[in-house]
Amino acid sequence: MTAIPISKISEILTAYEKDILEDWVKEQLSAITLRRDLLSEADLRRESLEFLKLLTQALERGNPQDLATAEWTPVRDFLSALSRSRALQNFSPSETATFIFSLKQPLFTRLNTATGKDANALLAEVWSATTLLDKLGLFTIESFVRSRNEVIKRQQLELLELSTPVVKLWEGILALPLIGTLDSARTQIVMENLLQGIVDTASEIAIIDITGVPAVDTLVAQHLLKTVTAARLMGAQVIISGIRPQIAQTMVHLGVAMGDVVTKASLADALSYAFKLMAITFTRKTT
Amino acid sequence: MNPTRSETFQLQTSDDVIRMRQMVRVWMVEMKFGLVDQTKMVTAASELARNALAYGGGGSVCMEALADDGRRGLRLVFEDQGPGIADLELALTDGYTTGGGLGLGLSGSKRLVNEFAIWSAVGEGTRVTIVRWTI
Repeated sequence: MTAIPISKISEILTAYEKDILEDWVKEQLSAITLRRDLLSEADLRRESLEFLKLLTQALERGNPQDLATAEWTPVRDFLSALSRSRALQNFSPSETATFIFSLKQPLFTRLNTATGKDANALLAEVWSATTLLDKLGLFTIESFVRSRNEVIKRQQLELLELSTPVVKLWEGILALPLIGTLDSARTQIVMENLLQGIVDTASEIAIIDITGVPAVDTLVAQHLLKTVTAARLMGAQVIISGIRPQIAQTMVHLGVAMGDVVTKASLADALSYAFKLMAITFTRKTT
Repeated sequence: MNPTRSETFQLQTSDDVIRMRQMVRVWMVEMKFGLVDQTKMVTAASELARNALAYGGGGSVCMEALADDGRRGLRLVFEDQGPGIADLELALTDGYTTGGGLGLGLSGSKRLVNEFAIWSAVGEGTRVTIVRWTI
């Protein structure tokens, strides 16, 4: 293909902006993929007009073959923002990409009119326009996926935080109920949360409850022992509770020794042991 | 002894180790193993998978369901193409580690299962086979 007269597209976009916008919006509204529940017509029209203006500007200044150049930055930023907002609103990738791809028909129709009977010129124009729009469409999908991945990553982090809450059971007694698999990333957060909790509440006793941990292998045991040692260095005593029979048997066979760490079968046992350490006694009121 | 069912998993990340553990648990529940048996086997599998990952640079595990004379068994074969173990006896000693762990993974898993076999050649890799039977 010889040199592509891309200027024609920007000329057409400028000359027929109103018509193309009308057709394009109509095209998008009629697409079955449009989510009217999530997007109002006014918003769609505003976004479409803004994109047309940015596209025209970029075409006048920049090279349509290379979208990575500075001239295309406004267009890329606009599409990134659009994809992100669509991703957060739970649009699907095709619903998002339809925004760009539905521009093809209105644009091609105008190109057809503008090139008259010259079939070669039309072909060249359509080819360059379709390459451009495909690139923009792919860029939209990529931004969309990137935004989705960011959402997933954020949720994972939130889950990490949520799954390791440090709770205050009594003045001076903290509890850390652990649930699920303890991998290295989680253990790190568990340890930090617990040590921070000890500082914040000036607690003397911390109870780590492992009732919700499905299996204790040497790595988990090592993580637990390190947490206990770190807490001790800060002047707190740690009790490990929730050691179920099958876990106890497995740990014995595995050869893991908890050393002089106090361990209890249940959280209740650990709490009553903690009360004993702090010389707290309860009596039932009799009247 | 021919396995009644067999499946192979790749072990390339620590997430694979967690998934494999869940698979072992699921298989053992289906095969009606008790809770203690399940926990022991899952723990041993976890140790060996971590070893394959940490020392062997990743590997695979082959899970096989066995049936013999009315009892059922689960066989796991861990394989890696890592540097291998030069001194197996030393590696199987309690407390010996080259990776900063507790040094109980290999020796401990041996105590958690009914059958334990290890093959290793320096420069070729390591293969550990474990079996746990129902009573």
